[in-house]
Amino acid sequence: MNGKPQAVPSVGLLLSTYSLWWREILRFVRDRSRVFGALGQPVLFWLLLGAGLGGMFRLPESLGNVSYLEYLFPGILVLIVLFTAIFSTISIIQDRQSGFMQSVLVSPMPRSGIVFGKILGGTTLAMVQAALLLAALPFLGMQISALALGELVIILFVIGFALTGLGYVIAWPMDSTQGYHSIMNLLLIPMWLLSGAFFPAEGLPTWLAWIIEINPLTYGMNLVRDALYSGRATDVISWGVTVGFALLTFVFALYVTRRRETGD
Amino acid sequence: MVNHPENTTPYMHDQLTVPTSAEKAKITETGDVAVRVSGLTHRFGELTALLDVTFQVPRGGIYGLLGPNGSGKSTLFRILSTHLLPSAGTVFISRIDIFRDPDAVRTRIAVVFQEPSVDEKLTVVENLRHHGYCYGLSGKELRRAIDNMLGQFGLRERSHDRVETLSGGLRRKVEIAKGLLCDPEIVLMDEPTTGLDPRARRDFWDLIEQINQERHITFLTTTHLMDEADRCDRVAILDAGELVAEDSPAALRNRIGGEVVEIHTENTALLSEGLKERFGITATVLNHTLRFDSEEGHHLVPDVVDRFREHIQEITVRKPTLEDVFIHLTGHRMEDV
Repeated sequence: MNGKPQAVPSVGLLLSTYSLWWREILRFVRDRSRVFGALGQPVLFWLLLGAGLGGMFRLPESLGNVSYLEYLFPGILVLIVLFTAIFSTISIIQDRQSGFMQSVLVSPMPRSGIVFGKILGGTTLAMVQAALLLAALPFLGMQISALALGELVIILFVIGFALTGLGYVIAWPMDSTQGYHSIMNLLLIPMWLLSGAFFPAEGLPTWLAWIIEINPLTYGMNLVRDALYSGRATDVISWGVTVGFALLTFVFALYVTRRRETGD
Repeated sequence: MVNHPENTTPYMHDQLTVPTSAEKAKITETGDVAVRVSGLTHRFGELTALLDVTFQVPRGGIYGLLGPNGSGKSTLFRILSTHLLPSAGTVFISRIDIFRDPDAVRTRIAVVFQEPSVDEKLTVVENLRHHGYCYGLSGKELRRAIDNMLGQFGLRERSHDRVETLSGGLRRKVEIAKGLLCDPEIVLMDEPTTGLDPRARRDFWDLIEQINQERHITFLTTTHLMDEADRCDRVAILDAGELVAEDSPAALRNRIGGEVVEIHTENTALLSEGLKERFGITATVLNHTLRFDSEEGHHLVPDVVDRFREHIQEITVRKPTLEDVFIHLTGHRMEDV
């Protein structure tokens, strides 16, 4: 490069989103333990819990004649999305401690590109892993229509975006991964347990049913269940809450990223 | 016998070095200024990390911010690199207010952090490409810039290796290559040789000097190492959040008398007393060492040895170093902080 460019090009949203998104994918592919952690663990849960609890678990009549293994399946899909979101956002803490994120933050890259790249990266990985599990459906004797599959892709995308965004907001201010682990155990895993993934809300004590009701993930879980079983995820409230949840976490993620530290 | 009675009082600053507000007002843009810092103050709660710091970095040189840990140089670095907003004061980089228009400044500076900023899991080229994207470079232009950097830094053979497989020295080269990829006007570096062995450190500095001469890029680096500060064109010395001196290393050394005499002894009290009585010398006491500056230290040494032979374990006379300047200005050693 001879001579200095007169005007420095302004950095586009697309380029910056792409750059951070691509890095997420590369890092994932190069770290095999993460592939196992995010996919293997939920599948293992599913098989062990489904087989172990299947015999003693009586689902309410309203759900029809489904085995517990089948009942748990949508929940496992969402758990894969949740685990992938956790794994990909926990790296934010390391990125911020190493110079990587500092270096991105002192570049003219738009802050929204940073947030989009990171969240879309996590979402993409979540969807790829969920797709692997979906590919196992025919072997379980479950039929799924093309329409239902299309719906599922969109629903899992929105849920993945929301959960990665949530992980982003939690990870950003943290200075240790231990702190993140405790939030994971106290907030994220219970959020999944109490979303109707593990057991239905019917017949539960009021306070528990109430928590399930205000948990935004419950609505995403409803959509996944609807799409899988009936191929018609059309509940407006469930869509509204799920999309709203994704937007909200994105706005928060953008807020924490834009905030510059100040003195007193 | 020229002595500095104020040496014995810690934190007593040389009055010549702290700019008064009248002097500050006089600081105008003479010559081409790359970075202008005025009245910069930063507080974290009760703690004052920086107090009324003012200095200018001329364009095209290598400028050092020298200070011990906790002197405020890291805070200053974080402010200059647009990470942190200060409590008070202004900073202009290439005449742009960095608090008002951070993005315009960000396109003109490169920042080399103390912590590695390359992603170890990515290859050298992937890291450089990502960095280019961060600065809006893409396509043919980016490929050419990357190729240029790989050539200049001798990284071509390792370009498709993951950074985690490189040696510490090579990793630092990738950091610098990354910084220079987008043609910055100013490179800010925070203790860039941390973790490098002496040889890699020397190589690193040779490289910086070479780039500085070839490309006329301004370098501003923090350091706590005297030999590194000595390689800068100008040095600002920070202690306890305040700027205590600012000049070229040679001029800073000239502020001290011709020679520095250090006496190592078990009996500092007796010797200190004796030097004062007999020779009228007020020495600074640092642990088991008495230290004073003198125009003609070498004439003095035989007399001192004659008089206190049984108490002296070691006596040295030498030209002043920046460490001596630091002690002279602050009353304590850098590592004592």
